[in-house]
Amino acid sequence: MIPELGHYALMLALGIALIQSSMPIIGARTRDPLLMSMATPAALAHFAFVAIAFAALAECYVFSDFSVLNVFENSNSQMPLIYRLTSVWGNHEGSMMLWVSILAVFGALVALFGNNLPATLKANALGVQAWIAAAFELFILTTSNPFLRIPNAPFEGRDLNPILQDPGLAFHPPMLYLGYVGFSITFSFAIAALLEGRIDAAWARWVRPWVLGAWMCLTLGIAGGSYWAYYELGWGGFWFWDPVENASLMPWLAGTALLHSALVMEKREALKVWTILLAILAFSLSLIGTFLVRSGVLTSVHAFAVDPRRGVFILAILVIFIGGALALYAWRAPLLKQGGLFAPISREGALVFNNLFLVCACATVVVGTLYPLALQALNGDKISVGPPFFNATFGPLFIPLMIAMPFGPLMGWKRGDLLGAAQRLLVAALLAAVAVAASFAISHGGPVLAPFGIGVAVFVMAGAVTDIVERTMVLRLPFHATLRRARGLPRSAWGTAFAHFGIGATLFGIVAVTAWGSERIAEIKPTQSLEIAGYQVTFDGVFNRAGPNYRDVVGHFTVRRSGRIIGVMAPSRRTFPAREMATTEAALMSRGVSQLYLSLGDANKDGSVPVRLFFKPDVLMIWLGALLMFCGGALSLSDRRLRVGAPRPARAKVKPALQPAE
Amino acid sequence: MTRKQRRLVLIGGSLGVLAVAVTLMLNAFRDSIVFFNSPSDVLERHVGPGTRIRLGGLVKSGSLVRSDGLRIHFDVTDGKTEIPVAYRGVLPDLFREGQGVVAEGALDNAGVFDADTILAKHDETYMPKEVADALKKSGHWKDDYAQRAALPVSGASK
Repeated sequence: MIPELGHYALMLALGIALIQSSMPIIGARTRDPLLMSMATPAALAHFAFVAIAFAALAECYVFSDFSVLNVFENSNSQMPLIYRLTSVWGNHEGSMMLWVSILAVFGALVALFGNNLPATLKANALGVQAWIAAAFELFILTTSNPFLRIPNAPFEGRDLNPILQDPGLAFHPPMLYLGYVGFSITFSFAIAALLEGRIDAAWARWVRPWVLGAWMCLTLGIAGGSYWAYYELGWGGFWFWDPVENASLMPWLAGTALLHSALVMEKREALKVWTILLAILAFSLSLIGTFLVRSGVLTSVHAFAVDPRRGVFILAILVIFIGGALALYAWRAPLLKQGGLFAPISREGALVFNNLFLVCACATVVVGTLYPLALQALNGDKISVGPPFFNATFGPLFIPLMIAMPFGPLMGWKRGDLLGAAQRLLVAALLAAVAVAASFAISHGGPVLAPFGIGVAVFVMAGAVTDIVERTMVLRLPFHATLRRARGLPRSAWGTAFAHFGIGATLFGIVAVTAWGSERIAEIKPTQSLEIAGYQVTFDGVFNRAGPNYRDVVGHFTVRRSGRIIGVMAPSRRTFPAREMATTEAALMSRGVSQLYLSLGDANKDGSVPVRLFFKPDVLMIWLGALLMFCGGALSLSDRRLRVGAPRPARAKVKPALQPAE
Repeated sequence: MTRKQRRLVLIGGSLGVLAVAVTLMLNAFRDSIVFFNSPSDVLERHVGPGTRIRLGGLVKSGSLVRSDGLRIHFDVTDGKTEIPVAYRGVLPDLFREGQGVVAEGALDNAGVFDADTILAKHDETYMPKEVADALKKSGHWKDDYAQRAALPVSGASK
């Protein structure tokens, strides 16, 4: 009964989405307030029905209703409650349901809080939003119905893919999807603006929170996925340049560019046409990401099931939305009036620089990811484009961006002072130079370029601090005055500093762990030890342990540093009988922001065990940096400017050009 | 600066960066692309020693030899041709004799494939797509592979 209810609710949601996708847009064209006003209740009703459908699916999972094919294939009654819940999106059908649900939530939010939007813009945006919803609901209902029943309900389910049974997976996909789908809102607004042929600073002000929110979630989602791969796959790598990872990186890069260009548009009404294009690109890349991981084109942990019909359907969605949007852009974009002028050396110029390099870096990732697919389709050659390609292209484009980053916030709008900014960054540059010298002195071996990488990272972090120091005049004013200024700073300034500091921290971690990480691979017997980076790891033996739906063979290791015991590590080999699959559960020991990483192979007959032991210096900085970026986004999001909504035009006219540089 | 000059700076700068990006990509494509080959391909295409490739096929049953701890030897076969592979390290979770494998590395002068990476892009029900295609080509594809691959559970470890 419950699955049928969910199925029915989903069909109703599709019907409502079809109404919502046509009536308000017709209303906006004919200036019919009645038709336009249908958008809000339609979006709310759409949300209600999608919520019912999603709740129904979740209910089937939580109460292990194995008469539903999808639940039978991906769940097991022995699994803990949390994994029974997360397996809702641990499979193709369910993850599409999650996609649509988030879309419905966002649509409802726009409907509820969009009262200060111009009526036509709101109607058009909600209409476009409903096109996307309708396309994906049609996709679910025709090719990936999660509510299908099996005639004779089996007694037990097939279990969730073991490597997906992990707390990291509880939040990784929802976060990614919040990001992907968040860009659908900016996409809808961009298309709505093109349909109207009009766009202004208020548009940017309305769209920016959505970009920020989507970007924050995507940042956290990517970082979460990277950390999951790091500890779950047992190789100790944090980024493999795997196509499915690139699929999430591409919209992130485009979204980061959009975040910055929307800023220019909001403040200076410049870069309008470019911002619209980026909004379209960011969501297009999100769609391509969905296509890459869901269509079965790529074989990976994310390609839950391979069904050519689905691939063709998603490809059609892709072509219609991206092609349609770009065609509309080509047709209508010339209508948009260009705004504010600026000198090449200015805040706007710096943000253009940022956009240019981000988009080029994004393009290299797109090419590296899609080229093998294109080549295989063309002449059947199978190639792999791996880390060497991305290191040789993405790296050189990212480094100038990093070096230029601290200059941006120190530059004035319209006309900046490069020399002045450079002078103010002198301390940061000195710190960077000290860091380079120090890493040369401390490190033995490792790539020659690595200390310079550390230098750039330190420069970025110190530059972010410099911005705040300059604004609050630390040391130049008495302490209480500084404090007052710090409190008076707009939250977005703190947000910028946090996010920029975060990317510096991430870069620091990446450089350190890549250049100076060490690895020991050995077969050891009980009482034998391994040495790594000053730590002594002694193997004590293995024992067995039973979990709710798995068996563990746990290795017991004692870690000593200069003879003193500092802890134990217990990596394990985990066997899941339901799928006869084994996973490696690595053991991690944090020492400050560095980590010891130990993973186990299958034990040999003579009692020896192959182990992989890594020392990962400063590895946690990678994800802490991402967390800081998230915090920066959250601070910006809480900025007063974004909460009070668009300023009245009359006020903007009083001091159009003389805005203080902030 | 006039409006025109500003625009020129902007456009010139953009084109410059774009040119750099394209150059970087073309260079990287020349140096860092790895082709996928079945053992027969290696023979037919005369892949020389030192060229980095991905070698895919089945781990020949009974060929796996573990010598001195972590040194591992096995043969990769596509039914027609076999190539001996040497690897040092911990094998992935699902490496088994008679199952699909993809190894990355280069041939040495003695004709032994020296692998530095073994990919386990499969679980017990799934065969790497490249390997499946190569086996079909060499006529050694068995239907039960297809059956197993068609099961809806096709997770793999990246």
